[in-house]
Amino acid sequence: MLLVRRAVRGDSSRDPVQRTAGINLEVGSMEFNIPSDTVSEFAEIIKQTSGLDTNVCYQCGKCASGCPIAYAMDYTPTQLIHAIQLGLSDLVLNSKIIWLCASCYTCITRCPQEVDLPGVMDAVRIIAQRKKIKAKVPEVLTFYRSSLRNIGFFGRMYDLGLIAMLKLLTRSFTKDIGLGLRMLRKGKLNIFPSFRGVVAARRIFSQVRAREKT
Amino acid sequence: MRYAYYPGCSLHSTAKEYDHSLRAVCSKLGIELAEVKNWFCCGTTHAHSVSRLLASALPLGNLAMMQKMGFQEVVVPCPACFSQFKTALYNTRNEPGLREEIEQVIKGNWSDDVKVYHPLEIFSEESQLGKISSLAKRELAGLKVVCYYGCLLTRPPKVTQFDICEYPESMDRVLRALGIVTLDWSYKTDCCGASFALTRTDIVLKLCHELLEGAKSVGADAIAVACPLCHANLDTRQEEIEKTYGTNYELPILYFTQLMGISFGFSPRELLLEKHLVNAERKLEEVKQHA
Repeated sequence: MLLVRRAVRGDSSRDPVQRTAGINLEVGSMEFNIPSDTVSEFAEIIKQTSGLDTNVCYQCGKCASGCPIAYAMDYTPTQLIHAIQLGLSDLVLNSKIIWLCASCYTCITRCPQEVDLPGVMDAVRIIAQRKKIKAKVPEVLTFYRSSLRNIGFFGRMYDLGLIAMLKLLTRSFTKDIGLGLRMLRKGKLNIFPSFRGVVAARRIFSQVRAREKT
Repeated sequence: MRYAYYPGCSLHSTAKEYDHSLRAVCSKLGIELAEVKNWFCCGTTHAHSVSRLLASALPLGNLAMMQKMGFQEVVVPCPACFSQFKTALYNTRNEPGLREEIEQVIKGNWSDDVKVYHPLEIFSEESQLGKISSLAKRELAGLKVVCYYGCLLTRPPKVTQFDICEYPESMDRVLRALGIVTLDWSYKTDCCGASFALTRTDIVLKLCHELLEGAKSVGADAIAVACPLCHANLDTRQEEIEKTYGTNYELPILYFTQLMGISFGFSPRELLLEKHLVNAERKLEEVKQHA
């Protein structure tokens, strides 16, 4: 609702010719024009990097009520989107929620405006990493990076290697040792890595790295 | 019927029983699975948190290899892989310029009409249901299960286009064709916490506790799953959940393909039932004796 009011106010206070300078917004069959000075710069950055428009969110709260991990978050998904709309980039980039989202897609499935919240989380996580902002739930980022390094090296995920690396990096040596041993005994974890597919995987990793450096 | 087969990393390690049982039931149903040669990881749910390009390039690189083998259709049993494949296809169809960029990265090409199937989509077709029903030995009639689909098969619906997103029925239909009783419950597509098992185990314990409670409260003997991550969390963490919350479930967690396999007459050994941490064979024996 907030969004509609803002869009209408922008319409009436401006010269019709200048209106096109803002952002044209389609909500169902209606079209709104949001003047650019009311749009948050941070929301624009997210839109440029991911193509996702957070301004269409009208804060109904459906994402927050369905989120299975909201109980552990510092802000709800609805609040995070509001913060982006307001341009509060520091709050967003330093939040726990961006690292606690499990990408279960419950929110995007139920969002009446089809805001791709998990996609927004990805975009924000990537911006935070580029800006070298320390993750508020550091073990999650360590896990993501370690598993990608694992795939980039072996081609297929080598679970034991990942677990060992994660233990080294997060210094949690005793956690889950009993469970790990039981899984080894059951033959659920491979002792040796498989290097099949490694050539193609490494080529893709190096291509992506080269492109993202520029 | 012949499909390309992309097992994914889990089905070669923590979920070998899913791979074995899927191959077994497919052979019975006359479905041939040709494993994609030299496949590599799809990037799982981690790649998109670090690089958008990588998250699309890894699955599409695999699809390009598959098409080189002459296949247009691939079976992807792991919902995390399934989701990565579907998302990459969806994004390259809808994001201008992305396809060209990926083609350069993977030095290959794929056609847009390539089909990615989860085995449940194939098994729940009317023709297959008839076949499944006629092959079933009815040994498991009387077993009461809840079907747990997890997050990534059904969501987001415009990307995965799998069944009904909030209340899927395909696994229920397949298991019912075997004579198994599938119970209604409210947690079919709730999240198990997925890969937080290794980082924020507390979240996984809480979410899985709710799932186990839900299954128990409707009177289920077992939970049928279609995802290696859901299986790992519900099976390997069950004892820890019981300790943390002072409860007792001993609920076997079985891949739907294992239930199909048992009904088709495969031995527990062939279906690697002994790999589960929560004993499943005992419960199934009890049911068989009552049948």
